[in-house]
Amino acid sequence: MCLAIPGKIESVSNDRDPLLRSATVAFGGVRKNVNLCLVPDADIGDFVLVHVGIAISRIDEDEARSTLATLSELGEIEELSP
Amino acid sequence: MEVCGGQTHGLVKNGIQELLPEGIQLIHGPGCPVCVTPIELIDHAIELATREGVILCSFGDMLRVPGSDKSLLQARAEGGDVRVVYSPLDAVDIAREIPDRQVVFFAVGFETTAPANALSVLQADRLGLKNYSILTSQVIVPPALEAILDDPDSSVDGFLAAGHVCAIMGLEEYEPIAHKYGVPIIATGFEPVDLVQGILMVVRQLESGQSHVENQYSRAVPTSGNTRARDIIQQAFSVTDRKWRGFGKINNSGYRLKEPFVDFDAARKFGLTSTDTKSDNDCRAGDVLKGILKPISCPHFGNKCNPEHPLGAPMVSSEGACAAYYYYSSINETI
Repeated sequence: MCLAIPGKIESVSNDRDPLLRSATVAFGGVRKNVNLCLVPDADIGDFVLVHVGIAISRIDEDEARSTLATLSELGEIEELSP
Repeated sequence: MEVCGGQTHGLVKNGIQELLPEGIQLIHGPGCPVCVTPIELIDHAIELATREGVILCSFGDMLRVPGSDKSLLQARAEGGDVRVVYSPLDAVDIAREIPDRQVVFFAVGFETTAPANALSVLQADRLGLKNYSILTSQVIVPPALEAILDDPDSSVDGFLAAGHVCAIMGLEEYEPIAHKYGVPIIATGFEPVDLVQGILMVVRQLESGQSHVENQYSRAVPTSGNTRARDIIQQAFSVTDRKWRGFGKINNSGYRLKEPFVDFDAARKFGLTSTDTKSDNDCRAGDVLKGILKPISCPHFGNKCNPEHPLGAPMVSSEGACAAYYYYSSINETI
C-alpha cells in the first residue's frame, strides 16, 4: 500500500484551487489523472512518484544520477544495461 | 529489518536473501497497513458495508482479509455495496456523484497514505459534501520501531526504513531512535539495487561501530521530506494511540481526525463502538509482523493458509510477508 510508481507528467490542469491541481501522468503505456497538490513545483516533463493517485515527491534527476554513479562504482551498473 | 512490506516483496521476489553472505539475516517488518489493521476495524467496515444506504469504498487489498465472521468480499457477496477504489479521491468523486448515499472510505495506511486520506477529507469539506466520511486506521512508523526494539525477543541490528514513508516525513524523526538504541537506520528504496545498497550501508555502519540515519533513496527522499504533505496531514489529523494487530496498543502510533473534521469521522457518524472480536483460527500474524516468526516457519503456511483461503492478512495483502513467500519463495528454503 505504500507502493509508489514513478511516472512522467504529460499535461497539467491548473485548477484555481491548489488542492485540485492535477496532471496526466504516463507510466509506460498507462496514463492516469494524478493530483499534484503535494508537489506544487512539478511541471510538464518532470518525473513524479505517485501513490494512490497523488504525487508525493518529484524525482530529483541529479540524485538519481548520483545513485547510478554509486552503483556503477560497485560494479552493479552492467546488470542494469539492457 | 526492512520496515516496509513492499521491500519484503522486492527482497523475496528477486531472491536477494539467498545471495547474501552468511551472517546477514533479513527480518521482515510490520510495514503492511492492511496487516496491522485490527480485526475490530475490519468488523466495523463490514458492519458499515451491510447498512442500508452506505457505499463502503476500500483499497482492494482489504477485501479478502478475514474479520471476526467474514471478510468484506463475503459481505459484498451477501449484498453489501463494497467498491474497490484506486485512490481516496475516487471515493470523494463517488460521494459527489451519488449524493443520496453515504460513502465511507476505509482509510488504512502509514504516513505515505496519510496525505491522500487527509486530502480526501479536505476536498470533501471544500465541496460541502455531507455524505462522505472515513473509517480511519492510520498508523505511523517510528513508535512501532521502538516497540520492536523494546521487545526482548527482537534481535534487530539495523533498519532499512520505508522509503516512501520517508518521502513524506523526512529523516529527522529517526535520529533519536538510531542514537537511543544504537541501530543504523537507512531510508531505502524498492528496486533490487536500492535494497542491496541499503543493506550494504547498514553493514558498513555496523562494521565501523556507527549508528546513524542515512539516505539511500535520495532521488525521492529529501532530508526534510515533503513539508506540504505534512501540512495537509496536520490540518486534518492529530496523533493518537492506536491498536496494531500483533502488537496491541502502541502509544502515539496513529492519527485521528481533528475536531473541525469530526463530521467526516465514520466511527462517530455511524455510532460505531468497541465490539468483541473473535479470531478463532490459528493465525500467527502477530509473530510474523514483529519479525519473530518467518512465514515459512508457520505450521499453516501453504496448507491451511493460502491466498485463496487466508487465515490472516499477511497472506492476502500485496505487502504481506506471507504472500511474498507464497508467491516467490521456494517452500523448501530454510532461511
